[in-house]
Amino acid sequence: MSTTRTRCASRPATRPNRQAAHRMALLKSMLRVRRFEERCVEMYSAARIRGFMHLYIGEEAVAVGVNEALTADDAVVSTYREHGHALARGVPAEAIMAEMFGKVTGCSRGRGGSMHLFDVGRRFYGGNAIVGGGLPLAAGLALADRMTGQGRVTCCFFGDGAFAEGEFHETANLAALWGLPLLLVCENNLYAMGTALARHQAQTDLALRAAGYGMVSWAVDGMDVFAVEDAARRAAEGVRAGTGPHFLEMRTYRFRAHSMYDSDRYRDKAEIEQWKERDPVEGLARRLREAKELTDKARSVLEDRLAAEIDGAVAAAEQAAEEPVEDLLKYVTSPVEASPP
Amino acid sequence: MTEFTMPSLGADMDEGVLQEWLVGPGDRVHKGDVVAVVETDKAAIEVECFESGTVARLLVRPGTRVPVGAPLAVIEGEGASGARAGARGEPTTTGAEAVSPMVAASVKRPRSQNPPMRAKADRERAARDERPKPRRKAAGEPKSVPEIRSEPRKEPAHTAAGPIPPQPGVSAETDSALGTGPLVRHLALQRGVDLMTLHGTGRGGRITRADVEHAQPGPVPRVRATPYARRLAHDLDVDLTELRGTGDGGAVRAADVHAAVCTRAVRHQPGRPTAHQRDDERTQVAVAGDTRPEQRTDTMRRAIADLMSRSKREIPHYYLSTTIDLAGAVDWLRRLNRGRPPTDRLVPAALLLKAAAVAAREVPALNGFWQNGGFVPGAAINLGVAVSLRQGGLLAPVIDRADALSPEALMARLKDLVQRARRGRLRGSELSGATLTVTNLGDQGVESVFGVIHPPQVAMVGFGAVVERPWATGGMLGVRPVVTATLAADHRATDGAVGARYLTAVDQLLQKPEEL
Amino acid sequence: MTATHTRTSTPTAPSDRKTTYREAMREALREALGTDERVFLMGEDVGRYGGCFGVSLGLLEEFGPERIRDAPLSESAFVGAGIGAALAGMRPIVEIMTVNFSLLALDQILNNAATLLHMSGGQLPVPIVIRMTTGAGRQLAAQHSHSLEGWYAHIPGLRVLAPATLTDARYMLAPALADPDPVLIFEHGSLYNASGELPADAGPVDIDHAAVRRAGTDVSLITYGGSLPKALAAADDLAGGGISAEVVDLRTLRPLDDATIGGSVARTHRAVVVDEGWRTGSLAAEISARLTEQHFYDLDAPVERVCSAEVPIPYARRLEEAALPQVHGIVAAARRTVGDPVPASGADETKRQPVNREGGPR
Repeated sequence: MSTTRTRCASRPATRPNRQAAHRMALLKSMLRVRRFEERCVEMYSAARIRGFMHLYIGEEAVAVGVNEALTADDAVVSTYREHGHALARGVPAEAIMAEMFGKVTGCSRGRGGSMHLFDVGRRFYGGNAIVGGGLPLAAGLALADRMTGQGRVTCCFFGDGAFAEGEFHETANLAALWGLPLLLVCENNLYAMGTALARHQAQTDLALRAAGYGMVSWAVDGMDVFAVEDAARRAAEGVRAGTGPHFLEMRTYRFRAHSMYDSDRYRDKAEIEQWKERDPVEGLARRLREAKELTDKARSVLEDRLAAEIDGAVAAAEQAAEEPVEDLLKYVTSPVEASPP
Repeated sequence: MTEFTMPSLGADMDEGVLQEWLVGPGDRVHKGDVVAVVETDKAAIEVECFESGTVARLLVRPGTRVPVGAPLAVIEGEGASGARAGARGEPTTTGAEAVSPMVAASVKRPRSQNPPMRAKADRERAARDERPKPRRKAAGEPKSVPEIRSEPRKEPAHTAAGPIPPQPGVSAETDSALGTGPLVRHLALQRGVDLMTLHGTGRGGRITRADVEHAQPGPVPRVRATPYARRLAHDLDVDLTELRGTGDGGAVRAADVHAAVCTRAVRHQPGRPTAHQRDDERTQVAVAGDTRPEQRTDTMRRAIADLMSRSKREIPHYYLSTTIDLAGAVDWLRRLNRGRPPTDRLVPAALLLKAAAVAAREVPALNGFWQNGGFVPGAAINLGVAVSLRQGGLLAPVIDRADALSPEALMARLKDLVQRARRGRLRGSELSGATLTVTNLGDQGVESVFGVIHPPQVAMVGFGAVVERPWATGGMLGVRPVVTATLAADHRATDGAVGARYLTAVDQLLQKPEEL
Repeated sequence: MTATHTRTSTPTAPSDRKTTYREAMREALREALGTDERVFLMGEDVGRYGGCFGVSLGLLEEFGPERIRDAPLSESAFVGAGIGAALAGMRPIVEIMTVNFSLLALDQILNNAATLLHMSGGQLPVPIVIRMTTGAGRQLAAQHSHSLEGWYAHIPGLRVLAPATLTDARYMLAPALADPDPVLIFEHGSLYNASGELPADAGPVDIDHAAVRRAGTDVSLITYGGSLPKALAAADDLAGGGISAEVVDLRTLRPLDDATIGGSVARTHRAVVVDEGWRTGSLAAEISARLTEQHFYDLDAPVERVCSAEVPIPYARRLEEAALPQVHGIVAAARRTVGDPVPASGADETKRQPVNREGGPR
């Protein structure tokens, strides 16, 4: 079955309701990710969190904006930089923090750590630490939805680095060929670890290349949560309408190094500072202050509430038990359950 | 036509269990050949026949308890037309007895039928011996064994026919046993049945599953041993069935074999030469009123001869000697013994033994074994003590962890061991495990003894008599009791400096008897 | 193999240098790039970044972007390209960031690199060197903690190396490059920061032979790579209990040096194989099989294996520790072989028959 690439230009753009409450909710959601990630740095430095850890600071608008376009029925497949995706998806801060503390109350029982957050109840299909590894998986989730006639969207996050992997190209072709209900969100933060986009992509216009597979695709300012939300809603609607996979190139930037392990020597300090001026969180806060929708008092109340929530998450994670070593061999194969008569 | 009867193997023995036949009907035997293994209360002992001839019938099934004097087999005397082994329809490639020794030595049997160690043993024997020795056979057993009455009889009850004639094309040696399938072999192993003793009812005399299931389990199940221990046991002529394994699940390990080697508590595998019989058994037998003591001691002599020859052939000995002032020790003993009855008195020998053991703790390089081109330290200090036997020969019973015993305990242990050694009442376990041996010829009046190391140990300590000698100390001349301590050590394992350290340690320890 | 280096008193004599495993690797790369212009280094972040683990730091500045080539995240493509370049006479050193990413290139490694010589009837040797970081122990969780070198050692046509010492890190690359066939070098992530003296008189490593890193008489601890320090620590521990352990460093996982491995076991009669791979089908299983094939009559105890538990490596620290070979487990296994067992703790990963819920060994 071939898909003709029809861009539905006539589709009425569904303007999200920009009520003040909604704008505040977006701010709160992004600020929550920001504060959570900052606390993670602290906890990592104190060796409470171990392993590899990749922070989402600077990219909050993408996770929060895209999530606005998704329902509880939709699925999310993520990468190893997924704290923001998980928080936006509704995974409790406490479950994520406990996971990174290696505790049994963690969303993956302490077995996965920072790069492997899972919450199937929220259809959050996890952080995948193999670059591009989540893409075929997302295609499969979408395929199942297609075959069972569910009107659901599977949203897959990945980075510009993954765009170089065979997995992306194979999945893009397959999804477009079969018209799978897949929303591909490429978080282009301009660096594949230490390699700048222009040094790992011959053609740096990723949206253009994705379109070459016969997908509806466009590039978005990933530092503007409204732009992200708009684009995501449009794309998700298109997917739901059965017009096949859609591709969004979110042009964003991480303010911190690739991971805690990275010395970040490959980027210009000036470049980082330049992007920080476009901070998605503070940018929105400034706009809301200018619109008289956010007072200093409200801001500090919000900050206090978030601090309390994250403090609580840390305290709970500290208190929580570790899984006993006797259970080491659990979850290697599924428990065999007696089939009902 | 004579009967071979259950021998008396000790004054207190009135019955024994026939454990294993080493010959079968048709086999030629010579006076002095070992033909069966009998289990007494003490040990399994190989018994020999006193007639030459051909085995006509076996009357007793392995595993049967039989009173002394009861007939076990019938032997047709020399000159009687006993069937030759070869006449039993065997292919001539089955072993040493049907072919000349020189040929036998080069005969190779398929591996599956003859494990390498057996083949090697056969070849060695064939090469060594003038006359062929009986080999274990798939004995064509009597179908019914006469009931043995409690009183010995001159003539056995009528017995059934001997071996079934082999089917054409199938030798009786098809080792009905060895030619069986793995299932049957496994079953036999599980049930502790010796296939060699079974009479096969299957096609061509093959042993069937039913044969095994109906068989009396033999008294000796397969020994659990590590492959290396098996190899070592074979190389060193140790019978695994004699050993108590210290490994996982009672498995015999190399260390257990080494321990047994130390005493040469060896009983031969069936069909192997009788040259090195178990010393302790020999002893037991020798004092059991045996009618041929000279032959017994002769066997023991040969065992000692073999071991000592090997020692001198393989071990580059070096020798050291030092004379030790025992004035302090003798004084201390005198004070200690004051008021004790003579039986409780401590003698210098106890102090010498203790010093020898403790010094080995200080110089561990002399306590252990030389094996596979390297030194293996002993796990503890187990002192072998050479004991000469009245009828000649010697034994070296072992005092385990001698360094940890008080001189009194050592002395009690020593007394007990010497007495029982001379009465032939030692247990096999008491003859194994020595890591270092001491010989004390003081009671023979000599001043020093340079011993021959007991392989695979690496040293032998010798003490002479405690004698009074003029002795210079602090520029003054006096008369003091002294003893000459010597060391014979394996130069592969240590050098003279180590030996010197050891003797010096012995000397220093004896200067502080109260601390021993 | 701890050759004590006797220093001469002449001032010009080279002396031992303090270095790290990482620097030793870098030095080896520098030497290879400097002596043979056919050699080039290719991989993700090997250039400007200096290598994910800092091994190639400074090489870009020294040799330029033509020979220190940053590649996109396209393992199949750049490993395959390395194979192609090797066919054309170059001597590529391809770095795969970590062993888990090598799975994306497994097809190229197995179906091209290891196979072309044979398929072409001997026309196409593939002189490529592929380096990658392997191993667990740093809480990197299930997708970054593999030890797959045993898998690669399964493949005919490859040579598989596992440098575990500074000297091997420094001097294994040259013979690997000299090999006309594909060579895989597995560098355990926990070793990069290992530091010590590099003997001045060390030369090219004999990549055909295992090394006895410590002589002993009672039991052979056979291991490689990141488990070597654990095995040596276990040997120290055992020595305290009067057990003399020999430590054999395989160095070359394919082809295995049967003579050295077997020779050691023929001396000690007991073997413990320590391998961070999962137990079932591990390299340890291969070694154990060879020992029973070739040295059955030398064995005085069952061959013990200390491997990783059959579980994807968990993130949580205690679970990860329990999943991996540890010193105490090696000691316990060694003591079992000499018949001096230690009472096992509840979650001793070295139990002879790990049993899963289904109740059978897997």
